[in-house]
Amino acid sequence: MGDLVWILISAMIVNNFTLAYFLGLCPFMGVSGRVETALRMGMANIFVLVLTSLCAWFLNNFVLEYAPYLRVISFIVVIASLVQIVEIAIKKFSPTLFQQLGISLPLITTNCAILGLAIFQTNREYGFFQGLFFAVGAGLGLTLALVLMASIREDSERANVPNLARGTALVMIIAGSLSLAFMGFAGLGSAS
Amino acid sequence: MRQTTPNQDFFRGIWNENPVLIQMLGLCPALAVTNSVENSLGMGGATFFVLCGSSFLVALLKKFIPHEVRISTYILIIATFVTVADMSLEAMAPSLHKDLGAFIALIVVNCMILGRQEAFASKKPVSRALLDAAGTGIGFMIALLMMGSVRELLGAGSLLGYNIMGPNFEPWVVMILPPGGFLTLGFWLLGLTWYQERKKARLANDGAGAKERRAA
Repeated sequence: MGDLVWILISAMIVNNFTLAYFLGLCPFMGVSGRVETALRMGMANIFVLVLTSLCAWFLNNFVLEYAPYLRVISFIVVIASLVQIVEIAIKKFSPTLFQQLGISLPLITTNCAILGLAIFQTNREYGFFQGLFFAVGAGLGLTLALVLMASIREDSERANVPNLARGTALVMIIAGSLSLAFMGFAGLGSAS
Repeated sequence: MRQTTPNQDFFRGIWNENPVLIQMLGLCPALAVTNSVENSLGMGGATFFVLCGSSFLVALLKKFIPHEVRISTYILIIATFVTVADMSLEAMAPSLHKDLGAFIALIVVNCMILGRQEAFASKKPVSRALLDAAGTGIGFMIALLMMGSVRELLGAGSLLGYNIMGPNFEPWVVMILPPGGFLTLGFWLLGLTWYQERKKARLANDGAGAKERRAA
């Protein structure tokens, strides 16, 4: 059990997907303007990550044993269809949530965090529950990074920043400082 | 869509529409594996191969790909080339493959590649698609090298493994760690914006000067 909790904390804080592995940077740059959207995007990501982890486990154990060279292709196909199914399901059961998520939902397909999770999980040979905790931790970590970034950006809009630095350059440098702060957690050690 | 010459197709991607520095696409690999020049070259080469291969195939097959499933088809084609690149790197350069790790497989979700297929290769003849892919690939490689050389020079005091800064240089270890990626890109972007603003200001000045002279 301690092992599982450790995987979760490690994926969430010590090896934060966005700030330490640079995964999922597109939404990090794109939807981190407002805290509310960032939070919603994070939730959608957690959901898809957990489902992906389950699918990756299934594929690894029952399909890819016989054809390991199909790994990348089968993962990406499964993720793409998964996102489509989730989209249809949300549209059916909760049209309001569907509207709130908008374009960010289909874009999850090309979010490298999702494919990255499936590949890391395979490389580290995680079992079913380990994978599950890894996915939840990674999702929480993404959400944390997104929300932190969004709140800093909301504040920095009121700050007196030189015109030259406005835009992506500022976001990058803020992200660098955030990442530097998260490196402090490396003292906790890391689960590999 | 405006008409372009083959020259424009090729050179556009290298600088004016550089995928990383201007369009902000493919940031994940640009930040993650550029902690040394060697890794940057490896990643740039692999992406170049995948981009050219898939642009070629997409341009070749564009008549046969149904419009409704085109994105999934592109992704499948890209994934095939990524698998090829992954396996050949593993066979030919095992240590590089180990350094790049999962990021080789993650070339599949590099939005830059899918973007070129959707925006260019699916509408143009094969030769143009190849030119465009080569230009964009080289642009991507240049951006990676810009990142990689700064980070290796400051973070390890060397370039391509050769010591440059001398024995008394204290390496800025943070530059080869994740924060260094963000900071390096941030400062490159700052520098580029500054350069462009200056160029614009100079052009405006020249324009104003010419007008004055004409008036006089």
